[in-house]
Amino acid sequence: MISELFTMTVLIGILSSGVRLATPYLYASIGETFGQRSGVLNLGVEGQMLLGAFTAFYVAMNTGSLWLGVLAAMIVGAVMGLAMAFVTVNLHAQQGISGIGFYLFGLGMSDLLFQKMMGTVRTVQGFPKIGIPFLSDIPGIGDIFFNHNILVYGAYLLVLVAWFVLNKTNLGLKIRAVGENPDAADSLGVSVARVRYFTIILGGTLSGVAGASLSIALLNVFQQNMTSGLGFIAVALVYFGAWRPFGVLIGALLFSMVNSLQLWIQVLGVPIPSEIAVMMPYVLTILVLVATVSKVRAPSALTKPFEREE
Amino acid sequence: MPESNILPSGKPRIDSLELRGITKRFPGVLANDHVNFDVKAGEVHALLGENGAGKSTLMKTVYGLYHPDEGEILLNGKPVHISSPTDSINLGIGMIHQHFMLVPSLTVAENVALGLPSSRGPLTDLDAVSKRILELADIYGLRIDPSAYVWQLSVGQQQRIEIIKALYRGAALLILDEPTAVLTPQEVDELFVIMRQMTKDGHALIFISHKLHEVVEICQRVSVLRDGRMIGTRPTSETTKQDLANWMVGREVGFTPDRGNVQRGEVRLKLENVQCGSDRGTPGLRGVSLDIHSGEILGIAGVSGNGQRELADAVTGLRKITGGKVTLENADITNLPPAEITERMLSYIPEERMRDGMIKDFTVAENMILREHHKEPYSRYGFLNLKNISSNADMLIKKFHVKTPSQETLAKNLSGGNIQKIVLAREISRSPRVIIAAQPTRGLDIGATEYVREQLLEQRKQGTAIILISEDLDEILALSDRIAVIYEGSVMDIVPRSEATPQRLGLLMAGVHPE
Repeated sequence: MISELFTMTVLIGILSSGVRLATPYLYASIGETFGQRSGVLNLGVEGQMLLGAFTAFYVAMNTGSLWLGVLAAMIVGAVMGLAMAFVTVNLHAQQGISGIGFYLFGLGMSDLLFQKMMGTVRTVQGFPKIGIPFLSDIPGIGDIFFNHNILVYGAYLLVLVAWFVLNKTNLGLKIRAVGENPDAADSLGVSVARVRYFTIILGGTLSGVAGASLSIALLNVFQQNMTSGLGFIAVALVYFGAWRPFGVLIGALLFSMVNSLQLWIQVLGVPIPSEIAVMMPYVLTILVLVATVSKVRAPSALTKPFEREE
Repeated sequence: MPESNILPSGKPRIDSLELRGITKRFPGVLANDHVNFDVKAGEVHALLGENGAGKSTLMKTVYGLYHPDEGEILLNGKPVHISSPTDSINLGIGMIHQHFMLVPSLTVAENVALGLPSSRGPLTDLDAVSKRILELADIYGLRIDPSAYVWQLSVGQQQRIEIIKALYRGAALLILDEPTAVLTPQEVDELFVIMRQMTKDGHALIFISHKLHEVVEICQRVSVLRDGRMIGTRPTSETTKQDLANWMVGREVGFTPDRGNVQRGEVRLKLENVQCGSDRGTPGLRGVSLDIHSGEILGIAGVSGNGQRELADAVTGLRKITGGKVTLENADITNLPPAEITERMLSYIPEERMRDGMIKDFTVAENMILREHHKEPYSRYGFLNLKNISSNADMLIKKFHVKTPSQETLAKNLSGGNIQKIVLAREISRSPRVIIAAQPTRGLDIGATEYVREQLLEQRKQGTAIILISEDLDEILALSDRIAVIYEGSVMDIVPRSEATPQRLGLLMAGVHPE
């Protein structure tokens, strides 16, 4: 009896933290989805997240306002997006390479600022859990879905909004057209540059929020390289999700669940070497990409700079 | 033409558009040199010219994609300034681009709505757009399903979307940039019906083409551009195809090349009951038997997709033969690797010259030695002999009249005609025993077409055996000694030149055996 109860608790714990841990993936992947649907691959997500995470933490710690922290992370992400947009749209840079450059910049810069401005690892009181009235009281379900902090709820709402914007609005139509055939969009008076600036800056902003969700909503610390590849997985999730917000949602949940599982395996001391456990999400990334990538078609203009033929 | 100034689409008519003294310079090129041109409501005005004559530049100026260095544009007699496609759209000018400007993954309605303000603010209003598309389709006789995805539609249907897109935006004047280049003959007929309806309703149409019979059929007036200059404008009824061709090229053009008298020799290439698959997994060739003799051109006629591509691939070793036998000068070459077949002096002028005929990002000189690069004098012990490669390029450029800034120019920067000349130069200069020429003049202008045909006939005179695969029946009839008609992977019949008529071949191409 007791062991059964114990298993149930653990299961709820795994699922609940899985739902929670999907948060940074969702913000970053949805942002990346907008970029890629318009034809821009941003590999700098990880760097944007790191700088966002640091900024959010530092501002929140010093002002005492978590929301100011989120806002600051959004601004930092947007500025990095702006730089990325200039490099890819105006200078026609090779997107994969420039993205890696932005990643390395964010990695180094967040580390430098951390050393200079904080020096040691500290903690903040992050966003508190908000139980949704009535729903959070449902046994099991309540804990899994309806007892999280505001940024977690926001991430899931974002999926819905992103789907709506991409499929039901004029802006979404422009984004999809620009990513598939920028020449056609251009010939109809749609500014390819403006659309791509918008999506890349939006992507940067959301990556900033993704970083903030780590440092002031989930883990409530800032450490060097604390994203540890999460931003790259977020890029992979866009491929996994076939450039669709709900596809990305499924992918994000899959990975966060596996991540959650390996955390619990370590916590409970299940006799699996922790190195193996930690590897699981990454191995899964590769396996899933191998299994899915060949079946879906990327936006035709992805990674291709646009230049009007003269 | 109706008296009303309003078109059936509900938009105002454009009575006249006039270009005066348009000059456009690109670095090193004078693309348009003081060009005058005009078009009126209710007419189709043809703009004729060789590739590179400046037709597209002139029309892109009208559409706002280029800005002229000199000259002015008058709309209904008043000067207008067109600085972007948006300006020209607002003035009622639409353009149907040669390469369609459509997004394949979007629906027809989405493609039409793209870039337009929506009646529902930030939300799309595809229902309203679809309704209007159906209205326009009804008025102009353009059948189309607004909810279909573009990738599902045929080329002809896609072109209709382009026309609807322009009409939806209120186009009173339409520029059609080589609209028939990608269409089947039936689709061309349908397009002409639509064009006639539009002019009757008061639209003005500019028709860019280098196909003379189409110009004569559909246009009221024709203007000819050559080397950036306007040669002249005339009513179509007062010209002949021969006049127009001479104008375009700037000299007398022979429509029926001189074939001369050539003695047919021994069998060079023999196909016995050859079978192979197609890319779709269905049978490509179902037992084809052919003999091609020295000094003979064997034409392969047929509607596209009846096994022509598979035939070329099978003979050149690019496709696995599943049954039967191919013999080249008494040696069995069935399923030999392509390199070994090449070694036996079989040359190939592929249909997709940009994809299979050359390497776009290589220089002219490099492309000219693609087939022989591993042999002396072009290389020795694995090292390229750049001096010999260069002198070979110089020699071929001169001999084949390739127009290129230098032998170091990248192939992709040349015109289609000059690219084909490079392929020809490479394939012919090695003195082949057999040549497979697939659609050798497709997309080329009159001058280049004439040149390619002359070269093939010259090879015939030298005793080469030639298979000419072409969907252009005129070409087949002009060059071939015998004509094999291919239908669904089988040879329907082989007709000697003297008995071949378009009617007889047409029936065979449709799979009908007379009697």
